[in-house]
Amino acid sequence: MSDATLSPAAMADTMPEQLTTADGKPLKQALIRAQSHARRRAFLLVAPLLAFILLTFVMPIGQMLHRSVHNEGFTWHEDVASGERTRIMANLSQWFDQNELGTEPGEAAFAALAADLVVLREVKAAGQAGTRINYERSGSRSMFTKAARRAQRLEAPFKEAIVDLDEDWLDPDLWRVMRDASSSYTANFYLAALDRTKDADGNVTPVNENRQVYVKLFQRTLFLSIVITFMTFILAYPIAHLLATLPLAKSNLLMILVLLPFWTSLLVRTTSWMVLLQSQGVVNDALVSTGILADDNRLEMMYNQAGTLIAMTHILLPFMVLPLYSVMRPINPSYVRAARSLGATSWTAFRRVYFPQTVPGIGAGALLVFILAVGYYITPALVGGADGQLISNLIAFHMQNSLNWSLAAALAALLLGGILLLYWLYDRLVGIDNLKLG
Amino acid sequence: MALPTHASRLERIWHYTYLVICTLIFLFLIAPILVVIPLSFNAEPYFTFTEKMLKLDPTGFSTRWYDLLLTFGMTDPEAPRGWSWWTDTWTNAAWINAAKNSVIIGLFSTVLATGLGTIAALGLSRPEMPGRRIIMAILISPMIVPIIIVATGLFFFYSSIGIQNWGIPYLGVILAHATLGIPFVIITVTATLVGFDHSLTRASASLGADPVTTFMRVQMPLILPGVVSGALFAFVTSFDEVVVVLFVGGLDEQTIPRQMWNGIREQISPAILSVATILVLISIALLTTVELLRRRSERLRGMSPQ
Repeated sequence: MSDATLSPAAMADTMPEQLTTADGKPLKQALIRAQSHARRRAFLLVAPLLAFILLTFVMPIGQMLHRSVHNEGFTWHEDVASGERTRIMANLSQWFDQNELGTEPGEAAFAALAADLVVLREVKAAGQAGTRINYERSGSRSMFTKAARRAQRLEAPFKEAIVDLDEDWLDPDLWRVMRDASSSYTANFYLAALDRTKDADGNVTPVNENRQVYVKLFQRTLFLSIVITFMTFILAYPIAHLLATLPLAKSNLLMILVLLPFWTSLLVRTTSWMVLLQSQGVVNDALVSTGILADDNRLEMMYNQAGTLIAMTHILLPFMVLPLYSVMRPINPSYVRAARSLGATSWTAFRRVYFPQTVPGIGAGALLVFILAVGYYITPALVGGADGQLISNLIAFHMQNSLNWSLAAALAALLLGGILLLYWLYDRLVGIDNLKLG
Repeated sequence: MALPTHASRLERIWHYTYLVICTLIFLFLIAPILVVIPLSFNAEPYFTFTEKMLKLDPTGFSTRWYDLLLTFGMTDPEAPRGWSWWTDTWTNAAWINAAKNSVIIGLFSTVLATGLGTIAALGLSRPEMPGRRIIMAILISPMIVPIIIVATGLFFFYSSIGIQNWGIPYLGVILAHATLGIPFVIITVTATLVGFDHSLTRASASLGADPVTTFMRVQMPLILPGVVSGALFAFVTSFDEVVVVLFVGGLDEQTIPRQMWNGIREQISPAILSVATILVLISIALLTTVELLRRRSERLRGMSPQ
């Protein structure tokens, strides 16, 4: 070994034990400190936005999810004006605690009920309590309002007195529902969202067949989303390929045709489809005037599934074209040329060489379109009619019309669970960083 | 893509079929947007081309629906069109007021989203950012979570904190729209920060600039195109948003999309089409701006088009 080159071992010998910075601190510590300083600074930049999102987005959604398992309709009453909270149905709740499910409600139970009805009348909460029971057993609300109105005049024996008002007070199913409702926390709204209910003995059973709507609607949402995803794929693939193989100057021009819909208001696009697809609309008029269609035989393309399918395919198409394009653009054309020169037909070259390279783009686009389609609200609400509605529309219905907020929250939670699962999958497979907008 | 000279006859046929298919798909994309423009000049209250329109007869066209946008909601639409008529329009016309609300909400939510989003994107693009993946996932999620879930959650949240009693008009809607616009700002700004040369900031620091000066003089000019397109995305998101406004907006907080929504649900009139036409023109202008910005950004960063 010559003097000019030192082996690493020899070098370690000649060096001091610890590397230090200019002011004598060990280098390792200084480095760790500098790194944690840099990490803190990076995090501090993100912190305000993170706090903002947690406050205006994550917390409201968390609060809503809480509502899906928490309903105080049968436990507490809050006065709208004063905000004063009163415990309601306390006596009955106590009776439920002392007696197991399935116990025949005797005089003690009805006495508790009568005492609670007096409270309901005092704080004017009979409607609220009745509504809570009505969610799970229809026809109950009027029983509560009627009984509460006469609560003052009820006298022992209470069982007879109350049953006198309405035979249904003996219904074991009603007592099961009241038992469940007498605690604020319940999973019954999730059961309802899955077309399930409990029988009088507390066993989970499917609801009456003609009232099974939610599972069907989830299935329809999935089905329509899959069809829409597939249609966007079929339409996006050829044009993405064309855009990717044209010279950049031309493809940038054509890209405008993809990006303009992307930038145009959703309501405008939906309105346009209403104009086009109406039975007196442009498409039907054109078909009739060219003689393809008889005037009395106009196509029904609106206010049904066809309307939802066509309009949503159009609206979501750019979300499929863009990922496909960004995957296709860098594909080297010489691969296909090589395949052709080795004797492959153009179909084989496409199938065996080109197509496999575009699969990541298909995956990214399909996942994105599917995620967006599953939660769509506006377009189905406007062009969907009765059978083109998706699960979001039912959530809106329960929020605005039936006012069964806990059920709306339970449906939303199920939808959100599915979406987050897909989102996680998207992040795993594609990476959120690769999300591009034009 | 040109057809090679050695292509077989079948390949030629397929090539032209393919071009026809592509044309049809492009037509499918763009025709529904363009069709509303001529229809909005319909003289009749129909949603289809009348015979007069097809013959290009001038009497088949009119601007009455645009006029309706100005007069609808006015106290005295029949008055002579002078100064007082225009002030009446400006203060009372329903669509004008909706437009004002939309612009106010859009501007404030855009400022909020762009400010917070740009700063956060700077942090996220640093290699030493802890928990980058999960934080990014949270920040992008408003784009993924169905709007009805966001609206439902906000409805309960705002009523529980009583935001309408705080006395700040539009506050709830502005905060919600800022949240919805943030993912777009994050995506566009981080995209411009990819390939950002961090030695530039170090060079600036070594020359004695404090972090704020470095940001304003070195980073900001380079990422500005991304910031502006992010801001435009955020503005469009707010300008087009209807569900949250329906759920949490006060009765007097009418925006253009909300007015359109009501118009479509109740009685769709060609006036909706004239609004749609105006919105299409706005989106064309925005798209052009974003395209120009994107090219500028590529030039600035020395990324020549492939």
